[in-house]
Amino acid sequence: MIEAVKSRSRKRLITLTVNGEEHEIAIRPNAMLVDVVRDQIGLTGTKSGCSSGSCGACTLLIDGRPMLACSTLAVECDGKAIRTVEDLADGERLSPIQEAFLDQGAVQCGFCTPGMLMSVTALIASNPKPSHQEIKKALEGNLCRCTGYNAIFNAVLQATGQDGIKPIMF
Amino acid sequence: MSVSRALPHDAARLHVTGAARYVDDIPVPAGCLHLAFGLSTIARGAIRSMNLDEARGAPGVVAVLSAADLPFANDVSPSAHDEPLLATDRVHYLGQQLFLVVAESHLAARRAARLGRVEYDEEDPVLTIEQALAAGARFEEGPRIYEKGDARAAIAAAARTIEGTIEIGGQEHFYLEGQAALALPQEGGDMVVHSSTQHPTEIQHKVAEALGVPMHGVRVETRRMGGGFGGKESQGNALAVACAVAARLTGRACKMRYDRDDDMIVTGKRHDFRIAYRAGFDADGRIGGVEFVQYARCGWSQDLSLPVADRAMLHADNAYLLPACRIESHRLRTNTQSATAFRGFGGPQGMLGIERVMDHIAHELGLDPVELRRRNYYRAPGAGGLSAPRAAAPRPPESFPGKMKHVDPATDLTSRGAVSDLAPDRARAEGGGNTTPYGQAVNDFELHGITDVLMRTSDYDNRCRAVGEWNARGGPIRRGIAFSPVKFGISFTLTHLNQAGALVHVYQDGSVHLNHGGTEMGQGLFQKVAQVAASRFGIEPGAVKITATDTAKVPNTSATAASSGSDLNGMAVKAACDTIRGRMAEFLAELHQTVAAEVRFHDGRVRVGSHDMSFAEAAEAAYLGRVSLSATGYYRTPKLAWDRIRGVGRPFYYFAYGAAVSEVAVDIRSGEYRILRADILHDAGASLNPALDIGQIEGGYVQGAGWLTTEELVWDGKGRLRTQAPSTYKIPACADRPEVFNVALWDGANREDTIYRSKAVGEPPLMLGISAFLALSHAIASCGARYPALDAPATPEAVWAAVRRLGHGI
Ligand code: FES
Ligand code: FES
Repeated sequence: MIEAVKSRSRKRLITLTVNGEEHEIAIRPNAMLVDVVRDQIGLTGTKSGCSSGSCGACTLLIDGRPMLACSTLAVECDGKAIRTVEDLADGERLSPIQEAFLDQGAVQCGFCTPGMLMSVTALIASNPKPSHQEIKKALEGNLCRCTGYNAIFNAVLQATGQDGIKPIMF
Repeated sequence: MSVSRALPHDAARLHVTGAARYVDDIPVPAGCLHLAFGLSTIARGAIRSMNLDEARGAPGVVAVLSAADLPFANDVSPSAHDEPLLATDRVHYLGQQLFLVVAESHLAARRAARLGRVEYDEEDPVLTIEQALAAGARFEEGPRIYEKGDARAAIAAAARTIEGTIEIGGQEHFYLEGQAALALPQEGGDMVVHSSTQHPTEIQHKVAEALGVPMHGVRVETRRMGGGFGGKESQGNALAVACAVAARLTGRACKMRYDRDDDMIVTGKRHDFRIAYRAGFDADGRIGGVEFVQYARCGWSQDLSLPVADRAMLHADNAYLLPACRIESHRLRTNTQSATAFRGFGGPQGMLGIERVMDHIAHELGLDPVELRRRNYYRAPGAGGLSAPRAAAPRPPESFPGKMKHVDPATDLTSRGAVSDLAPDRARAEGGGNTTPYGQAVNDFELHGITDVLMRTSDYDNRCRAVGEWNARGGPIRRGIAFSPVKFGISFTLTHLNQAGALVHVYQDGSVHLNHGGTEMGQGLFQKVAQVAASRFGIEPGAVKITATDTAKVPNTSATAASSGSDLNGMAVKAACDTIRGRMAEFLAELHQTVAAEVRFHDGRVRVGSHDMSFAEAAEAAYLGRVSLSATGYYRTPKLAWDRIRGVGRPFYYFAYGAAVSEVAVDIRSGEYRILRADILHDAGASLNPALDIGQIEGGYVQGAGWLTTEELVWDGKGRLRTQAPSTYKIPACADRPEVFNVALWDGANREDTIYRSKAVGEPPLMLGISAFLALSHAIASCGARYPALDAPATPEAVWAAVRRLGHGI
């Protein structure tokens, strides 16, 4: 009991707005955002692929900017707005970039997909017609071991209405 | 019909909304514990003492187990029982599991795992091929040798000869989802295990042994993996067994996942190879004879190394009719991670050996490398000449002979590492002159046609000329262009694994529940198989629910491996659906006074003579008529008979083909390069789903090119893997994909009777990446007169060094 009190006293209370919903949560000061989002808030769409900031699977938006949740301390996000993959669809209606991922076969194992979608969402929000170079740059930090990136690239082009890319799935 | 339609991956919608659950996402019961292994810090030696007190006292730790605490089997090997879950007295590689921490959180377990105080009597590790040969450290008694004709005599008699050696690096799987398992204890000592595995049956078997219960006491479920690539065929055993043992001990749910660094240090990778070659040929480049000596570094345990090395031998010919050939294969034991299955399973290494020979000969003769390859191709079917009519198939081993070998009951029969081949004495060389070095007739050779079309669509000749002219101008940027073909054998070479089961239910509302033994790792197997089921019932694929692979639904499954997933499971599902459809047809025919053959299932409707009803109405009627709407289906691949010791027979049901042209640009000042363009034409037979197949081809090519270019594994002299993080091990990123990437499917049907005449597509495209490697060699060759003799991976450093060697004639 005393143990529990002691360990709780080491915790800190922070406020996170996640996908529009406010959460007040007690966290360990060294807790990473990815673990808080997955384990404490229960949104497991955000993935952890390397826990070391080099695969992009944990990408989510913090105040609209794409960030690596595995390399971000949760305490640093106190008072900030977090957006995860779970928030992209509007109920049953997928966002254009989600649709494009389906249409282009940009999903294989799907483990990189949430991170990819968040990077692309951030890109399109600030740059509705990104060039090939800009797409490459935006996806630089997102690794995919399955697709070879071609379908993902085409999905971004389709979602931004470029290069006449049409769905290949029907 | 829903087969051959381009439908997205079955769970794509779940993936893009973040709702797709992987093992680590499954909600766990309260009190779930987390596990981590304590790992050895040396590569070889005896354990003098192990003090785990500090780890036991660490915060959040519930228990710390060592080998002595394991209640039953201490073995996670898929083959030779040489892989203890926890080391007993000796360690064999740096990263071997020594003890197991059970804690309240993942972090607590990981922290405590670093607190073991272990003393060793350290010995010099065996790391290199030379060291292993000198120490006689090998699997099997000596090298395996497959022979066709007298290669030595043929080479001696040839007008020209070449010889050389190529080093071929290994490859880290880098599935984005690391290894993971979750064990949930049940009543009466039963165990449910969720595992990110390609081989649920093997997990079930190893867990049952570790718990001292029959296999029926363990149920393994796998909904999906975040990538597998072979790395989850045997490498998940340790986590699943650890979770089950800890769950039994504590009575609580136990979960384990490797963080990326542990995953890379602990688990096996693609085998690295050295291949020495000698070839004799005439002035036109026609090969008379070839000799290969393949050295495979297998790591510390046998794992799946024997069939991997076998498959390397079986692909030493690739697409070429070699009149005489000798392949010698050394399976070396080293104090490194246990090299294991990886997409292609030895095939890629064997194939790179002969592609290197072709490249070398073309350079030697100044011949166009495509023309040279064509001259040595197997003959096309029906091309006349010596090509005999299809040889009578050897009697298929369908009914087992009375004299079954005694099999050790602990043998994991469903593993590719098992060696209980049935009746290899039936294996014979097939007739006709168009045969592989192991005596299988090549009756479906598509590469003449594929090459013709690809030459045209890729504009090879013109681009080749342009590259030549560009390079002739000199300058720091050189270009290279290269073609390479693939012929890949489809079937498990352990013949008895070529079987599969399925379970199908039709509910009274017309919805269908489908289960089969294959696992989904991103390849789209579930969707393809659902398309098969939907086609059999004439309904939309959306009416078919595909459920998690489950050892309680379909037993005794083979790993989802060897590209066999849709071939085997598609056929098994078809059989189950046809059984139910047959029962429904018979019942409805009787009801409407016609014959079953007159009952049609199409477009979601069932037509019986002039009666027409929805599939749901038909299902309801059949239920009311007391017709069973549930069936199992079973399939075994015909025509296989193979003796891996003699290297004779028909290990493969058929071959899958493909070809690629890659063009690269190299900066010879830095060695940096880019793939400018890739053109691929690939044979998926009559594709079950062209969009998914193209996805496999694109991904396979990029992964294959990564293997041979940027992905470099480095161990130091102590046996420590120095490239154990994504920051030091470089898989292809978005910017590395070819800027122009044209992928098309060869318009053909499988000549063998596979599911809707499709072909397997998981592994073969990986080897298309060889063309990128050869293109780099081509670019480098413009820097001097000699053959570059490039080793793989051709990292920028290696390319830079090769340019220097050539430029200075060293
Ligand atoms: S998990 Fe965060 S970058 Fe890989
Ligand atoms: S789809 Fe598997 S890692 Fe991208």
